[in-house]
Amino acid sequence: MSDITKQSLTELVENIKNKKLSSTDVTKAFIERAEQSKELNTYITEDFTSALDKAKKFDQKPNLDLKLPGIPMAVKDLFCTKDVKTTAGSKILNNFVPTYESTVTENIWKEGAILLGKLNCDEFAMGSSNETSFFGNVQNPIDKDLVPGGSSGGSASAVAGQLTPITIGTDTGGSIRQPASFTGTVGLKPTYGSCSRYGIVAFASSLDQAGPMAQNVKDCALLQEVISTYDSKDSTSIDFKRNQYSKELTNNIKGKKIGIPKEYRVDGMPKEIEDLWQKGIQYIKDCGAQTIDISLPHTSYALPTYYIVAPAEASSNLARYDGVKYGFRAEGENLIDMYEKTRSEGFGAEVQRRIMIGTYVLSSGYYDAYYLKAQKVRKLIKNDFDEAYKKVDAILTPSTPSSAFKIGEKTNDPVSMYLNDIFTVPVNLAGLPGISIPAGHDSKGYPLGLQIIGKAFDEQNILNIAFALEEKINFKNKITDWWIK
Amino acid sequence: MSIDLKTIKHISKLSRISVDEKKAEKLAGDLNSIFDFIEKLNELKTDNVGPLTSVAETTLKLRPDEVKSKNIREQIIKNSPQDNEDYFVVPKVIE
Repeated sequence: MSDITKQSLTELVENIKNKKLSSTDVTKAFIERAEQSKELNTYITEDFTSALDKAKKFDQKPNLDLKLPGIPMAVKDLFCTKDVKTTAGSKILNNFVPTYESTVTENIWKEGAILLGKLNCDEFAMGSSNETSFFGNVQNPIDKDLVPGGSSGGSASAVAGQLTPITIGTDTGGSIRQPASFTGTVGLKPTYGSCSRYGIVAFASSLDQAGPMAQNVKDCALLQEVISTYDSKDSTSIDFKRNQYSKELTNNIKGKKIGIPKEYRVDGMPKEIEDLWQKGIQYIKDCGAQTIDISLPHTSYALPTYYIVAPAEASSNLARYDGVKYGFRAEGENLIDMYEKTRSEGFGAEVQRRIMIGTYVLSSGYYDAYYLKAQKVRKLIKNDFDEAYKKVDAILTPSTPSSAFKIGEKTNDPVSMYLNDIFTVPVNLAGLPGISIPAGHDSKGYPLGLQIIGKAFDEQNILNIAFALEEKINFKNKITDWWIK
Repeated sequence: MSIDLKTIKHISKLSRISVDEKKAEKLAGDLNSIFDFIEKLNELKTDNVGPLTSVAETTLKLRPDEVKSKNIREQIIKNSPQDNEDYFVVPKVIE
C-alpha cells in the first residue's frame, strides 16, 4: 500500500486490524521516511533496528484487540525509556540510559505500540523554539529555517512531517500547544494529574503534564485514552473517572456555552490572529453552540508569575544533576569545584539562566517578594477561571500571538521568546486542560492554531468542541517535503 | 531593581554553577530584563490572597510502608560517572 506515512493513526490501526497492513509494513515505511528526513533533525536517538524486530515479533502473533496494535511511534526525549538513552535535550544527560520506564510510555507499549526512537526537544523542556537543545535546532516541515516551536519541537515536527503517526510531548507552559500551532497539528495538554509524571524528566513539577500530539482530533483522543491513568507512583496523579475519549467523541456541541475572554486581545496582536479567532467564534455558532464574552482579569500577570514559579521549581528539580549519580561529570580540584564545573559545562545557557532566576527568587530575603507573591497571583489567576466556569463550559482563544518565526530570530531576547506562551501559560498555572487545533494560515502560508480551554477533568468536552470545529475548519496542512532531495 | 555582578556571583555560588566575568555580565543583562518584566506583579495588591500551593484539591493517599524495590543496587549505580561496585565515587572530601 502506497503512502503509508500519510495515513492517520486511526486509519493505520484499522488497516492493521483488517490485516491490510502488517506492523512490519508500517514500521518500515516510517523508518524509510525518517532516513530521508535527517535534515529536519527530529531524532536525538533512533531505535530502528529494535523497532523492526518488535514489529516482526508482533506480526508473528498479532494481538488485534489492543488499541495501538503494532503501531510504531517516536516519543519526546523527556520520557524515560528503559535501556534506551534519554537525554532531555541536554549534554548533562547525554550518556543516561534509564533502568526503568515512564508510566505514560509503559501505557503506550502495553497497548501494542512500538518505540521508533526519541525526539528532539528544548533542553529540559525550557524553550519555545527547540533552539536550546544540545542536539541542535529542529526544522519545521512547513518551511526551511522556520522553528517548529517548543519545547516539544521534535515531536511536532515529526508528526507534521509524517515521521511518526502520532507522538507524545510534555507541556509546562505551552510546550505541546505552541509547537502544535506552529506545525499545523493537534496538541492536547491534559488536566494536571491526568497523566502520570513518573519517569518524565522533571522541569516544574506543579505545571508539567504529558499529552498527545496528533494529525487530527480523533487520533489525539485515542492516545489520551491510552496515556491517562491513575498512578500511585506519582503522588499528584488523580484518581478520577476517565472517559473512553475516542469512543465517546462527538461533534454535537449544541447548546454548549463557550467563553471569549477579552483580555486575550493583546496589544500588537496581528490582525490575522484576530480574524482567525473571529472565524472560530462563527464556527462555534454554526455548530449550534453559544459564545459569551467573559473576563479573565489577571491574564496579563500570568507570564510574570510563570517566570517565577517555573524557574523556582526547576532550580530545585535540577539540583540533582551534580555529576555524581548519573550523567556528565567534569573533573574538578575538589568536590565543590567538580559540582560547579559539571553544571557550568553540562547545562546550556537557557537552563543556567532559569536555574539562576529560580535560585534568586527562592533565596533568603527574596522569597516573600517573588516566590510567595507569585503563588498568590497564581491563586488569582485560578480564581479567574473558576469564576468564568460558572457561566461557560469552555473557553476559545488563539493558541499563540503569532505564527512560527525564523530560526535565530528571537534567541538574543529571552523576554520576546517568553511572550510566545502568553495564551498557553495561564492554563498550566490553573492546572486546566487545553487543546490547540490548526485553524488557518497566515499570509505567509504558515499554520495558525485555536486553543480550547476546559474545566478540570473535562477533556472529553474540549475534545468534542475541537472535533466539531475541525470538521467546519477543514484544515489542510501544506507539507511540500522540501527537505527530501 | 538591578541585579549587579556581585549578586550574580552570589547566585552562581548558590546554584553551584561556575561563571566567569564575561558570562556574569551577560547573565546580569538577561536577568535584569527578565526581572523588569516580572516586576509587573507589584501592580497587584495581594495582602488578603492566600498562596496557591497545589492546583489539585486532593489530599495525598496513604499506602502501606513496604519495600517494593529490592536488590537494585546495580541499577542505581549503573549510570554513575565513577563508582566502585558498591559506592558512588567523588573527589576526596576529607584530608
